[in-house]
Amino acid sequence: MSKKDLEIIIATDCGSTTTKAILIEKKGDTYRQTFRGEAPTTVEAPFEDVTKGVLNAITEVEELSGRKILDGEKILTPNNGNVGADIYVSTSSAGGGLQMMVAGAVKAMTGESAQRCALGAGAIVMDVLASNDGRADHEKIERIRQLRPDMMLLSGGTDGGSVTHVVELAQFLKAADPKPRLGASYKLPVIYAGNNKAQGQVKEILDSSTALIVTENLRPSLEKENLMPARHKIHDIFLEHVMQQAPGYPKLMKMVGAPIMPTPAAVGVMTEKFAKANNFNVLAVDIGGATTDVFSVFSEVFNRTVSANLGMSYSISNVMAEAGLPNILRWLPFSLDEQDLRNRLKNKMIRPTTIPATVEDLQVEHAVAREALRLAFDQHKALAVGLKGVQQERSISDAFAQTSSGQSLISLMNLNYIIGSGGILAHSPRRTQSMLMMIDAYQPEGVTMIAVDSIFMMPHLGVLAQISEKAALDVFYHDCLVRLGTCLAPKGLDKEGQVIMDWELVEEGGRRHSGELRFGDILHVPFESPKGKAIVKPAKGFDMGAGPGNKVEANIEGGVVGVVLDGRGRPFDLAKTPAKRIADLNKWYKAMDMYPV
Amino acid sequence: MAHAYTPGLKVIPCTVLRKKRLLPIPGKVLAELGKEVEALDIVAQTQLPGKVFSVNVANRLAVGPEEIPGFMLKKEGDPIRKGEILAENKPLVKWFKTVVESPVEGTVETISTVTGQVLLREPPKVLPIKAYVKGKVVEVTPNFGVTVESEGTFIQGIFGIGGETNGEIAVAVGSPDEDLTPEGLNETHKGKIVIGGKHAGLATIKRAVELGVHAIVVGGIHDRDLRQLLGYDIGVAVTGTEQIGVTIIVTEGFGMIPMAEYTFKLLSSRNGERASVSGATQIRAGVMRPEILVPGYPKNVTTCKKEQGRGWIEPGDPVRIIREPHFGVIGIVKSLPPELTKVGSESHVRVLEVDLPGGETLVIPRANIEVLEK
Repeated sequence: MSKKDLEIIIATDCGSTTTKAILIEKKGDTYRQTFRGEAPTTVEAPFEDVTKGVLNAITEVEELSGRKILDGEKILTPNNGNVGADIYVSTSSAGGGLQMMVAGAVKAMTGESAQRCALGAGAIVMDVLASNDGRADHEKIERIRQLRPDMMLLSGGTDGGSVTHVVELAQFLKAADPKPRLGASYKLPVIYAGNNKAQGQVKEILDSSTALIVTENLRPSLEKENLMPARHKIHDIFLEHVMQQAPGYPKLMKMVGAPIMPTPAAVGVMTEKFAKANNFNVLAVDIGGATTDVFSVFSEVFNRTVSANLGMSYSISNVMAEAGLPNILRWLPFSLDEQDLRNRLKNKMIRPTTIPATVEDLQVEHAVAREALRLAFDQHKALAVGLKGVQQERSISDAFAQTSSGQSLISLMNLNYIIGSGGILAHSPRRTQSMLMMIDAYQPEGVTMIAVDSIFMMPHLGVLAQISEKAALDVFYHDCLVRLGTCLAPKGLDKEGQVIMDWELVEEGGRRHSGELRFGDILHVPFESPKGKAIVKPAKGFDMGAGPGNKVEANIEGGVVGVVLDGRGRPFDLAKTPAKRIADLNKWYKAMDMYPV
Repeated sequence: MAHAYTPGLKVIPCTVLRKKRLLPIPGKVLAELGKEVEALDIVAQTQLPGKVFSVNVANRLAVGPEEIPGFMLKKEGDPIRKGEILAENKPLVKWFKTVVESPVEGTVETISTVTGQVLLREPPKVLPIKAYVKGKVVEVTPNFGVTVESEGTFIQGIFGIGGETNGEIAVAVGSPDEDLTPEGLNETHKGKIVIGGKHAGLATIKRAVELGVHAIVVGGIHDRDLRQLLGYDIGVAVTGTEQIGVTIIVTEGFGMIPMAEYTFKLLSSRNGERASVSGATQIRAGVMRPEILVPGYPKNVTTCKKEQGRGWIEPGDPVRIIREPHFGVIGIVKSLPPELTKVGSESHVRVLEVDLPGGETLVIPRANIEVLEK
């Protein structure tokens, strides 16, 4: 079928707990998401067949839309009147997603490239092995034996360089004889994407004991990363090996009209398309119960990280362990006994589906969410970096700015757009809560627009974008994004109460708002107009993106929250004394009308 | 009739249970189909390949990797003892001789002329799998293990620490809301499954370890005590491999929470009988809760319930509230209103009405209750 014939699209995302189906229909020239349904995922016993949940979710769409899509267990294609759909696409993260182990010769070079390659393909990286990772050889071998990944990515060495380290890694791998997570009788798929000179030796060592696939080197030279060939191989193996072992997936693969994508890979595709279409630097986050995924596109470079143990239910206790109790307690506008907080978070961990029933309990979860978002972002910043080990050419004018290689690509001042998704951001009782949680966690600088993906449609749209970019972007703009508004945050520090910025906001219809922002304050200006302009003149020493003290005129988006003028300064820190901190928090939460009084 | 799907912990006087007892890698199955097994009987065993150690012979002898075969005294596949010479050089002057000894006992696995490394593997270790529960072998999975079927009392906890163990049940408190104190434990509790009431503190757990108690079953513990015991914070609830000297099963949650009366009475009715317990907990896809299994019928039960719980909830069902501000409170479902209701946090959620024993009725999010299965 040609792309222009696409009128009715059905898409599902099979998550660990829920399978979500959406119906997309072409209305005039525009694609719109019209109905959605969901059902529990059926990968586990007693069903052990993912398609049962898919059919249940689609049946719900059928009931709501009145369109007959299924004929028994088959999708009716193409669409004809009120029957059928033109294409069915799906993503999947059920059964724990795609779990990989990666290896490289030098941790900060090929090890890191291999990690970026696997993460970008939508995998959870269980461990990164490297010749210089600080572990004794027998410890590395033990580690490979213990973990049961879905596949392994072996890299190391630049093309034509030394073969010793990568051959050594291959020998360790053979000695460990790792088993795949699913299907004990199958050989573990191993992708070799290292030094091309070592291909023969690696084959000799691993060909008989693993399902070895050789591809192009992902780091052919220190100056160049070539991640796509290995990423394509990861996707191929995901479909051919991993999915084939998962309950019901061979059936699901026959139902779809385009290859199934791992959910995070699809979200990554959608983030990239959105950034490219608008020429934006974008940060997207999906905070789930067990993991937090962070995606970024800065200067057209895409990066993804997944923090496998930062989440709001299954992993809530790990957020506490990693952030430390004081960092969680600092966001609470009341005092709470440490033992009480510990027990509350552990009780959420063991009963992960419970929800806050009181404002106080909600505030505890929001405090944890800020820390989970912050920690996952820290991890992202550490990996979203330029290539390390690259020789830099410097002219005499650069001599005083001695930057090392491997600087983070993330610049909060250049960040244009933040998209949040996941229950805690998408379903908070008041949208102001989602907006301030993201502002507190990321501390954006200058002008930053913020939105949420309220029903987590980005996976469906990412896989759809492979077939029709227009359909995916239409639905993304009109139905997926819930625009919260824009954050205006001058960078700099001053004494509390000092005027740090004069501001004026102009709505699309010409309505104007203006005032001055004082240090230590948050101002919330309702601003629903989807487009508008901000004209801001920061005080001396404060930067809005054009240098300290310089006026900035920027296009902004309004939304369900509006414009938030954050005068708390950057870098922003909370008061050290509990009484002042609690008073500040209460002042800011009141300014944002965040919680019922 | 209105009903809602809800998870619940099983607390069943008598049921039929099947336990798969499988090896992680293929091995030998030792129990045949139809055989009656005791909890401690070994039903299958295998040999785990030994640990691998690497020795960089090329570096140690200061020769090129491609030269090392000429210096090796052992070849691939040869057995070797700890301290035995693996390779040596042949200098003209004897004083300059260098020898490379094996750091472990095992076999020479590979000799690499690319890296100059020699890999040695320790002898395999025997890994036995016990029946864990008294019962009958009803299925044999060739090369991996068996399925044991058992009839008896089955109680799930909410969270546990430590692995499988076995022992006689000893009720050490008078009521479900009594704390299990260090003084409440004595020499007679050695090797037993001790049932407490509301709470066990750090001192109690330490005392249990000293006495050699096999397991403690109690309503609640404090997270701070758990951290002290383990030396780290549990981040994700995947447990069962901790080695603190005792298995702990928490039936209600973290904090001071009396054990549900029904659970306490049921455990008390099996006082003095042998039980199999496991602290292994996994709260993600493929949920696993800690458990207590007591083979055989309680005195007042003559038939065994075969069906597994119905998986949803209806008015009249007993439930426990599992979130603040009424954490741990037990009541009866009054109604299940279908419409979304605004709760204190301002979320619009599905709720249910719960009648408390005192006559009060609470409106609780459906996500915040747990059905008490009987």
